[in-house]
Amino acid sequence: MLYFSKLRVFSVLIFTLIISYFTISNFTKVDDEFFSKNIKLGLDLQGGSYLLLEIDNEPVIIQRLQSKVLELKKFFKDKDIKVRNFVIEDKSIIFDVENSKIEDVKSLLDDDKSEINPYFQQYKSHQFKFENMDTSFKLEFSDYGLVLLKNSSLDQAIEIVRRRVDEVGTNEPNILKRGNDRILVELPGLDDPGRIKSLLGKTANLTFQFISISSEGSFGTEKLKFEDGSGEAVVSKRIVLSGDNLMDAKPTMNNQTNETVVSFSLDRVGAKKFGKATSNGVGKRLAIVLDGKIISAPEVREPIIGGNGQISGNFTFQSATDLALLLRSGALPAPLNIIEERTVGPDLGKDSINAGIMSLIIGFILVVAFMFYKYRFFGLIANLALISNLFLLVGILTLFEATLTLPGIAGIILTVGMAVDANVLIFERIKEELKNENNSIVAFDSGYTKSRTTILDANITTLIAAVILFFMGSGPIKGFSITLGVGILTTLFSVYFIARLITAYYVIKNKHKEKLI
Amino acid sequence: MKTIYFNKFYKSFNILSGILIIASLVFLVFKGLNFGVDFKGGTLIELRTDKSSANITKIRDSFNQMNLGDVSVKNFGNETDFVVKFEKQNSNDSQFIEEIKTKLSNSIGTVDFRRVENVGPKVSAELLRSGVIAIALSLAAMLLYIWIRFEWQFSLGAILALFHDVIITLGVFSVFSLEINLSIVAAVLTIVGYSMNDTVVIFDRVRENLRKYSDIKIFELTNISINETLSRTIITSVTTLLALLSIFIFGGEILKGFSLAMILGVIFGTYSSIYIANPVLVSLKVSQRTIVKEEKE
Repeated sequence: MLYFSKLRVFSVLIFTLIISYFTISNFTKVDDEFFSKNIKLGLDLQGGSYLLLEIDNEPVIIQRLQSKVLELKKFFKDKDIKVRNFVIEDKSIIFDVENSKIEDVKSLLDDDKSEINPYFQQYKSHQFKFENMDTSFKLEFSDYGLVLLKNSSLDQAIEIVRRRVDEVGTNEPNILKRGNDRILVELPGLDDPGRIKSLLGKTANLTFQFISISSEGSFGTEKLKFEDGSGEAVVSKRIVLSGDNLMDAKPTMNNQTNETVVSFSLDRVGAKKFGKATSNGVGKRLAIVLDGKIISAPEVREPIIGGNGQISGNFTFQSATDLALLLRSGALPAPLNIIEERTVGPDLGKDSINAGIMSLIIGFILVVAFMFYKYRFFGLIANLALISNLFLLVGILTLFEATLTLPGIAGIILTVGMAVDANVLIFERIKEELKNENNSIVAFDSGYTKSRTTILDANITTLIAAVILFFMGSGPIKGFSITLGVGILTTLFSVYFIARLITAYYVIKNKHKEKLI
Repeated sequence: MKTIYFNKFYKSFNILSGILIIASLVFLVFKGLNFGVDFKGGTLIELRTDKSSANITKIRDSFNQMNLGDVSVKNFGNETDFVVKFEKQNSNDSQFIEEIKTKLSNSIGTVDFRRVENVGPKVSAELLRSGVIAIALSLAAMLLYIWIRFEWQFSLGAILALFHDVIITLGVFSVFSLEINLSIVAAVLTIVGYSMNDTVVIFDRVRENLRKYSDIKIFELTNISINETLSRTIITSVTTLLALLSIFIFGGEILKGFSLAMILGVIFGTYSSIYIANPVLVSLKVSQRTIVKEEKE
């Protein structure tokens, strides 16, 4: 155990130096992407906001079922099968089929090549599953159909969220999928997430609908509230134009009224539709509806043909900017709920870093002093191993750009405390061996050999805890498991390569000295 | 070094541990744990006031007027810092926190919100579940590992020691109503690792001695093994405790609970390796045959 080849010594040295370099690179500036790596600070250290959003998929499911009903009606009509009594209830479609065609409908829905109910070979599942009772059919999304729907609405939503967050211009936002209906948004440096939250909380479904002249409750109309709470109006359900046709939107000043408005421009299709509708509707009031609330309902004085228009509605400059931003980024497929929020102010983050570093330094000094007091020269070797351990640990975290959190710093300090264990086990063993063995080289050698299984056992148990924590923990806790886990690996390296190397060198030089340790 | 007769006190300390475990369980069942917002849901605000004149009562009064459900206000570290927790969480309303801040500044002057945590009921339930799973999983993984590495008598001893440490540490948290949050779960997992580590070191030595001496009874043998590894046990506990104390004293308020749980865990872990794990070997009458038989198979 005490013999080291020159090559081995060299490679240990080079490896340690290279990794340690990355520790130092945290404190220096180099003009090279690879060599100027910095450890990433978690939100709890640099300050910032963490938001977990959940998509409310219910409206999407209902919407899909509604269009499925239309599809089914047309499909069966083409096949000359009479179906009636379509109802959407409890996320499923219920309808009746004439008696003679029940089996036909069954086979149409159950076929592997069914057009109306697509079959996914690789998942062995149709998009919809159905139940049949007498003449009645009940159709609902299969588990896989639901996953498919959720994934597609998550993909859309994440894109819109990204656009909105990017438009606000926070630095290096981190937007990630979580499961199949959640989005994680991390916003470093943002200490007041109020604006982002209000932007993400809006679906931003924009529609233009005419105010209905007929009285409330008549066919094809709905009653909507005004955004500013100034009452209600009955509007036609027919959508003249929706936000999908919007190309651009920006806040501007209306020169005549001196009011802040949002001016928008439409794409070609939109411009055409809008032109036609406004030519037919001169004199009527056109309601501008956002997420089911009327922003304003101006009277159409003349046809709007060019595809440019303005939305007024008592905006401040800020609210006009936000509305324009929402319109530009597009509508979310479904409402998002913020189900978890954690915000840390920048000065708390700074305080945490300072406290973390302070306790690291003090903990380190205490441990080093104690080891020196206990073992003298061999304490120095253990301490040297501890220092290189720290450099290796931070270096590896930097190299892999791991995120350092406050619990992560605690993990480093804990590593300092526990890392000496391996060297202590070895030294104590050597002491015992020296009692019965006169040849110090043999004693050292068997000290290392005999303690090896124990050291491995002891470290594997901690590693198990770290790995489980890594997979089960979230956010800052994950940072703890990373430093703890990597710390064990660097500990073993520093004990078996660095400390052993120095020990071997020392013992071979001083093999005739009495009382080596 | 002089031999210390740990084995003389196996019985008395086992009784003590038994009492502590029962007491802890009673507290855990009847008093329960003080779950933080991570696991209970709700809102946490860490705030810093301008003047030290803003006292707890004043802050509590102004929060109580806001109709936020059950409010708790605690001093946090120094005189001007407070942590406020309440049941209501409304992270969907983007003005929710802003309104609280405005109302608060009206009644007690300028405040700085240093930290805001808002956890919905669904998320807190999930966090609690994954925390429990993580702890259960780590215990199971340790059991598996020790079962592969040692004979079943040893595994039983180590696992009993683990449960002992985890239950008593949580018991202390229950007695003093200390907050259980995500970092406590991390601490418990680390305790599990540490306690196992400590037990394994002694067990390795017990097994080695079992091979060496066929004529020494396990009662004596455990004591020899404990003594032989004692200086390692002490040194490692001391360095680990030094590091943890440094976090506890200098690491800031956020890490207080975590480091306290770890300190307790290290103390109980060290104690249980000696006084829980070893007596189990004694009462199971482990002998040289136990390990020789196993090795022949």
